[in-house]
Parts: sequence; C-alpha cells; structure tokens
Amino acid sequence: MNLLRDLGFLLRISHSRGIMRRYFVVNGFDGALTMLGVILGFITTDRVPLSVVIATCLGAAIALGVSGVSSAYLSETAERQRALSDLEEAMAKSLQGSAHAQAARWVPLLIALVNGSAPLLISLLIITPLWLARAGIPLPMQALHGALLVALLIIFFLGVFLGRVAGNSIWRSGLQTLLVALVTVGLILLLSA
Amino acid sequence: MAVVTRILLDVLKPHDPSVLDLARALGDLGDYRVCVRVLEMDKKTETLEIEVAGADVDFEAIHTVIRDLGAALHSVDEVDVSGSSVDQQTE
Repeated sequence: MNLLRDLGFLLRISHSRGIMRRYFVVNGFDGALTMLGVILGFITTDRVPLSVVIATCLGAAIALGVSGVSSAYLSETAERQRALSDLEEAMAKSLQGSAHAQAARWVPLLIALVNGSAPLLISLLIITPLWLARAGIPLPMQALHGALLVALLIIFFLGVFLGRVAGNSIWRSGLQTLLVALVTVGLILLLSA
Repeated sequence: MAVVTRILLDVLKPHDPSVLDLARALGDLGDYRVCVRVLEMDKKTETLEIEVAGADVDFEAIHTVIRDLGAALHSVDEVDVSGSSVDQQTE
C-alpha cells in the first residue's frame, strides 16, 4: 500500500499520469492495429497453419513490447534527467536523495513498463481466439475472424477510454478509432486484392 | 532541558510537491501546528515562510522532511524555547 502511495506521489510531482495514459493509448493502439494487419494478412492469404499464425503474432507482440519498454525508458530517462538538472539549477542545489531524484529514477521505468505492456497485453488478448482454437475449444466463428473481431472491439474500447479521459462522447470517440481501424482494413484488402 | 516550541523557517522549494504536501508531511512528524505562507512565486520555485509549533519541535526531523521533498532551508528566522527548571535541577 505504501509502495503504491509512494509511486502515486512520484507520478504526481513529476506530472507523469497524463504521459502514462498517453503512452498506454498510443502504443496500445499501435499493438492493436499491428495485430489487425497481421491477422488480416493471414485471412487474405491461402490457408496457413494456426501454429504459424500464432508464432507470427506472438513474435510481433513481443517485439512491440520490447520496443515499447526500451524506447520509452531511454527517452524518458533523458527527459527526467534534464528536468532534474533544470530544477537543480533553479534551486541552486543538488537534489540527490530528494523525491525529485527518486522520480527521475523510477518514473521512466514505470512509463516504460506501461508503454511496453500496453501493446503486448493487447496483442495477447487479440490472439486469444487463436490459442483457444488451437487448444481445441470450439468457437462460434473461425479463429482468425474471432481475433479480427477482438481487435476491432479493443480498438473501439481504446476510443471509449479516450472519450472518457477527454470528457467527450464515448460513443463518438469509440467510433472514431473504429473508423481508423476500418480504413486500415480497407487499405489492406485493397492492396492485397 | 529546554525544548523548542516554535520555529519560523525561510524555505525555497520547487512548485511540486505542493505546499499542502509539504505542510502535511511536516504535520505528520508529530503533534505539530504547521503554518505555511507563500511569500514569493518564481517560474520554477516558491519562497515559503514555515512556522511549526508544538510541545517539543524536532528541528532535525523537520529539516530532513524539507530536504527529502527537494526544498532548501535558507534560514531559521525565529525560535521559541521553553525551559524547564525541574529538569535543570535534576541534571
């Protein structure tokens, strides 16, 4: 409980909550659209074994996760160190050992974890129907179509989340992100025809 | 032994944590009455006058909290001390 409170405090003094939210949506959206594209690619090609589809999606998901963690950690560490140096200059003293130095150390890690886990978890969720089909669990539709449906649903809910954050209509926001996904679907189908 | 019952500090701190956070952190140290006045606001910092009063004010603990929250103690402007003749006699 104390750890959560301390992390909340560090996020508050470093104004990082909004950044984390932004990273979650941006990279989560990236992950969902990437999976949408990969799955649609498999749908439009000749029949490919499910194991190949799962391995491809899993590889992409892991790559997105690692990329998210490393890129956010490196960039956020540099930004936080710079902000700390600026603050030390304004205070005319070293802030080592203070809450600000702790924030400069821990906040980049937290942001990196959010940035990496968003596309990874969303991707894993999207390929759940593929795993279920491979495990022999009967689905009401083809596994690839199921994964496509899950991807579209997640993209819609990311829009709903953004609508809630902005205080706008959640339906409008959800439909906006869904429209982006449908345009992507249209482009892929057009180019692969 | 004489005990400090009130101190008045001149402190420079970044805008974050807020004055409320700082006041609460000081108040949590003991049964203190904490009064914080913002004297000046700059682009990244603010100058505060912090008054802490209590039956036995622990200056070192207060200084540690101020430092941990990234603030700098510029000066101790006033100190109230209460002496105890009984303690002095026993010593």
